[in-house]
Amino acid sequence: MSAAAPGRRAPVAGVAVLLVCLAALLLMPLGVDKFYVQLVTKMMIMAVFAMSLDLLIGFTGLVSFGHAAYFGVAGYVLAYAAPQYQAASLWVSLPLAMAVSGLLALVIGLFVLRTSGVYFIMVTLAFAQMLYFVFHDTKLAGGTDGVYIYVRPDAALGEWAGGWKPFDLENFVHLYYVVLVLLVLTWIFLRRVIDSPFGRVIAGIKVNEPRMRSLGYATFRYKLASFVIAGTLAGMAGYFAAAQFGFVNPDMLGWHLSGSAIMMVILGGMGTLGGAALGAFMMMLLELLFQGLTKHWQLLMGGSIVGVALLLPHGLLGTVAAWWGRRVAAKDSERTDG
Amino acid sequence: MIFPDAFLPYLEPAVDFPTFLIQLLNGVQYGLLLFLIASGLTLIFGIMGIINLAHGSFYMLGAYLAFSLTEGLGSLWLALPAGIVLSVLFGLALEWLVIQRLYARDHLYQVLLTYGLILVFEELRSILWGDDVHGVKVPELLAASISLTDNLNYPVYRLAMSGVCLVLALGLWWVLRRTKLGMIIRAGSVNRDMVQSLGIDITLIYRIVFAAGLALAAFAGMLAAPTSSVFPGMGNQVLIICFVVVVIGGIGSVQGAMIGAILIGLVDTFGKVLTLEVAGFQLLPQLSGVTVYLMMAVILLWRPEGLFGSRGR
Repeated sequence: MSAAAPGRRAPVAGVAVLLVCLAALLLMPLGVDKFYVQLVTKMMIMAVFAMSLDLLIGFTGLVSFGHAAYFGVAGYVLAYAAPQYQAASLWVSLPLAMAVSGLLALVIGLFVLRTSGVYFIMVTLAFAQMLYFVFHDTKLAGGTDGVYIYVRPDAALGEWAGGWKPFDLENFVHLYYVVLVLLVLTWIFLRRVIDSPFGRVIAGIKVNEPRMRSLGYATFRYKLASFVIAGTLAGMAGYFAAAQFGFVNPDMLGWHLSGSAIMMVILGGMGTLGGAALGAFMMMLLELLFQGLTKHWQLLMGGSIVGVALLLPHGLLGTVAAWWGRRVAAKDSERTDG
Repeated sequence: MIFPDAFLPYLEPAVDFPTFLIQLLNGVQYGLLLFLIASGLTLIFGIMGIINLAHGSFYMLGAYLAFSLTEGLGSLWLALPAGIVLSVLFGLALEWLVIQRLYARDHLYQVLLTYGLILVFEELRSILWGDDVHGVKVPELLAASISLTDNLNYPVYRLAMSGVCLVLALGLWWVLRRTKLGMIIRAGSVNRDMVQSLGIDITLIYRIVFAAGLALAAFAGMLAAPTSSVFPGMGNQVLIICFVVVVIGGIGSVQGAMIGAILIGLVDTFGKVLTLEVAGFQLLPQLSGVTVYLMMAVILLWRPEGLFGSRGR
């Protein structure tokens, strides 16, 4: 893939850009309205979601078209865990939601990973749609209308800490910083996963699975582990999305969200975690922009998706990295020539 | 072994023969309709290697064309041929404009692009036709019903639909297996370059296959318009079920699509009718939407490549 090999000096530039972005995100709530703080919170949640999908698409080579299922189910877990008009404990409900999403990914993964290629795309979509219908057609949790989560999860610690509450999710600035911390932690975690021996194996599977198998790796297990990690992280994103909106409905696990997530990953540049996050931010900005322009904003969105698929196969970051790589190569040849 | 009665599945005793017959006919008819759509999907994949998410939109397009053309021309009989011509032209144009740029691309981009097309088509539908639900009248010639018992009737139109679908399925089989065009198409699905080097214009063949697949889905939409209403989002519902059909049958296999479609048609129809009670809870029909996917899961465990699929795709 040409998205790799961005040149030797790119990491330095990459780290610098990353630090600037981080500083901007850290300082932002000090200077802008509540609306924008909440908007960026939402963007960061989607960035976590997109990065989790990038682990599958960009690093393991598994194009999942049902990733919203794990996102949405975690939201429903929060809705179930919260007694009506009362807060669920963050420390109980968040691990629970992530565990349920991870378990779901494990069960679905056992089925879908028996297939590959186009089958895999279709089957992940079909399983996600099955869950969608479970929540849509039954009265399990409000049917089509969904359910409200009236109070955000409570972060108070137990008796042993004297009920100390390190932060209050009802406060939009607190929520912002909690999500920012999670975004950074997710990035670090995925970076560690990708750079680990495990990460090297899934990278090998992406390029040539039969060869990895003949080298003696149980590729199915590696793919399953990757699928479960991605599902669990998507669950974390979904949990905070539900907490922020105060509302869950079947659309949270519908295929439009799964499609948008793929768009985020590709728009930013797949196979680069920063790219997936950037793609999430860009996608939400585009949505906001188009919605302001016309009632028929989906037309513009659909057109942009077609455009990205045709013209920007490596995404924004991939294109920049390729350009940087060419520049570095040109400079190097200049030096050796002169 | 003694189970409490409540744990045994309990079938409604109301399934007498005429009701059963009606459901059987409904199931087969629904299955045949699904076949028309799924065969296009599976052909476009099997021959051109394109996974086309926008296929459901073509079904929707057909239904809306039937609605408008029937209003404009005064009868479904005129609307059908006009609609077919329009959808073939649309298919040729779409292939030339967009789809042909996808042949060399990874499935990922095909998924993304055709997903974008869904949004575009859905929004164009909203601009051109609005968001209301429409109906198309059954033509008078076929408006009658056959009475099975004193109070159970079966509409002739649905029987005619099944007949037309069957004829088309046979026609498709004949074209693919018995004509020179079919031979070229099958050869093209195996080795594109070899066919091209034999002096056959494979680009043209692909364009024809895509337009034909699109027209099949659109024609299914036109046929279905009088029995189901014409409504926004109707294509997406059908698309996912067709994916299940194709996965069950094996991607690229037309026979597989037929078997898968009939299976799904029957499972879906009977799933809605039979009431299954376990431990006092009614599981179906609330969950009837799920039975189809459960069947897919079972088949995946048994044969991951589908009933008629070949390994190694």
